[in-house]
Amino acid sequence: MYACLYGRGNLALLVECARGFSPHIEENPPDTVVFDVRGLEALYGTPAQLAKEIERRVGVPANVAIASNPDAAVHAARGFAGITVIDRGQEAARLAKLPLNLLGGSPETAELLHLWGIRTFGDFAKLPPLGVAARLGDEGVELQRLACGQGFRQLREMVDPLEFEAETELEYPVELLEPLAFILSSLLGEICGRLRERALATNEIRLRLTLENGELHETSLRLPVPMLDHKAFLRMLQLDLNGRPPAAPVVKVHLAADHVKPRRTQHGLFVPSSPEPEKLELTVARVRHLVGQDRVGTPEISDTHRPDAFVMRGFSPGQAVATATPVQAKCSLCLRRFRPPRYAQVLVVNQQPVRVSSPTVNGRVVMAKGPWRTSGEWWREDAWNRDEWDVALEAGELYRLYQEIDSGRWFVEGSYD
Amino acid sequence: MGAAILRLRTEIEARFETPLAFRRREAELIPTGIEVIDRLTDGGIPRGNLSEICGPESSGRTALVFAILGQATRRGECCAWIDAAGVFDPASAAEVGVDLERVLWVNCGGNAEHALKAVDLLIQAGGFGLVVLDLGDTPDKEARRIPLASWFRLRHAAERTGAALVAVERQVNARSCSALQVEMRRKGPVWVGKLLRGLTTQAESQRLYRVRTAEFTAVR
Repeated sequence: MYACLYGRGNLALLVECARGFSPHIEENPPDTVVFDVRGLEALYGTPAQLAKEIERRVGVPANVAIASNPDAAVHAARGFAGITVIDRGQEAARLAKLPLNLLGGSPETAELLHLWGIRTFGDFAKLPPLGVAARLGDEGVELQRLACGQGFRQLREMVDPLEFEAETELEYPVELLEPLAFILSSLLGEICGRLRERALATNEIRLRLTLENGELHETSLRLPVPMLDHKAFLRMLQLDLNGRPPAAPVVKVHLAADHVKPRRTQHGLFVPSSPEPEKLELTVARVRHLVGQDRVGTPEISDTHRPDAFVMRGFSPGQAVATATPVQAKCSLCLRRFRPPRYAQVLVVNQQPVRVSSPTVNGRVVMAKGPWRTSGEWWREDAWNRDEWDVALEAGELYRLYQEIDSGRWFVEGSYD
Repeated sequence: MGAAILRLRTEIEARFETPLAFRRREAELIPTGIEVIDRLTDGGIPRGNLSEICGPESSGRTALVFAILGQATRRGECCAWIDAAGVFDPASAAEVGVDLERVLWVNCGGNAEHALKAVDLLIQAGGFGLVVLDLGDTPDKEARRIPLASWFRLRHAAERTGAALVAVERQVNARSCSALQVEMRRKGPVWVGKLLRGLTTQAESQRLYRVRTAEFTAVR
């Protein structure tokens, strides 16, 4: 089944209304939109009930027609006022009274039909098909088929630009973040509404604020999973703006969202639960706001021998794997790494450290093993070249010390625990 | 003590002809994977509750918690490590077998207050199987200032979300709020030739008025 909306001068509104029912839409100028409504019976009931729902939602005066093929629906919407529902097989009978000028075709054919005294769809449909083919050719055959309400064509679907942007120019500059939040909330609601209509979600939101002094303040939210919760987006943007507020009052707000398919996952019954990605992202944003942007995430060890070389990645644990069989844990001596390493004064006797003094690590060395020389990346300015020692102090603590070869300075790198 | 409570209970049940409704709920235990510690703790650390692992520097606290973390990530659980002093060493964790992709590390840069707030936010969010609050390098004075109400709040959140909350400290701070307390004491390092090969420690557990000890060696 296909539905058609016809209303003079309201094409944009008609298209928007059609999008609420179907992603398969054909724009058919002038002022006509036809869309596929197959399968909507379960939601809206009979075709008549569906037509009423379409008329209720369109919000402007428009004719609504539902028929078994797109052309019959278009002709009915253009020819009959209000709601028209044509049952399958009844197309020719219902369209018979429509004037022939609705049929289209070339001016020559229209003029010829007029000269023959053909005024309605019904008159044209009654003509013998072989005679029409002999006198009017292929065009005549096609037009007669349309006049009979028979159509087999597919919709020429319009290409949706899928741009999800919204912006607003403010009447007066906004200095505080709280009133700005109201504006952001409304824009985010609009964008999320449009994404929802198309069954899409977003994984990146970009905010561009034009400031009173002409500068731009830009920020973006990159999400590890597709989301569509405008309240969560608003909270994340608020946290971001709180941490890095605009330098001047805001005069224009522009928001854009990338579109992606929504996340669909099937959780296993026997796999451990993991945090909901949407909730987790907001929580991580809050923690970042608390402790700092680059202090929260998953450490990824870099492929180098440089001590303490890692990069912080966003936390995205993914789907848990099935429960592993329990194994004996490995109990290893671990390092608690001081960041930055603590500068220390070390007394060396016979090339062995015998005493360590620093504000936090103090004591006589009872056992020292080393030195273990490590160096690397000599071609870089931040090359490392040092001697490492494992030492035990008299109180029993175990530390890793190192001495920079170039400067001769000593540091406590961390404690073994 | 246990016999007196049992006698009292029997007397009350006989008098009121009904069994006492209140019973301690049996918590699910997460095995640490270290046999002696599992024996010491009657099966592991309790899920949905607060456990404290405390001891001085170089007493094997981190080795024990990394072993627990490794087991949790191996089971596919999401874990969080809230690091008050920023001393977490990813390389050591990876050596133990921790799947770092399943660990959210929060480096609080020496601010214990931020660490408490972060652990509260993360545990309330739910979905984490294990949350570790590392106060191991926080000065005693600062750790002692954490009010008991904060510990109760964290314990309650853990109960609600089912996460195992483990606090690593120098001394017991949460006291009655924690379901399990393991105190670690260093026995001494293991030197082999020119190498530091391990650390022998003694763990002492206090649970339901029972004190038990066990010894294990964290090897290198």
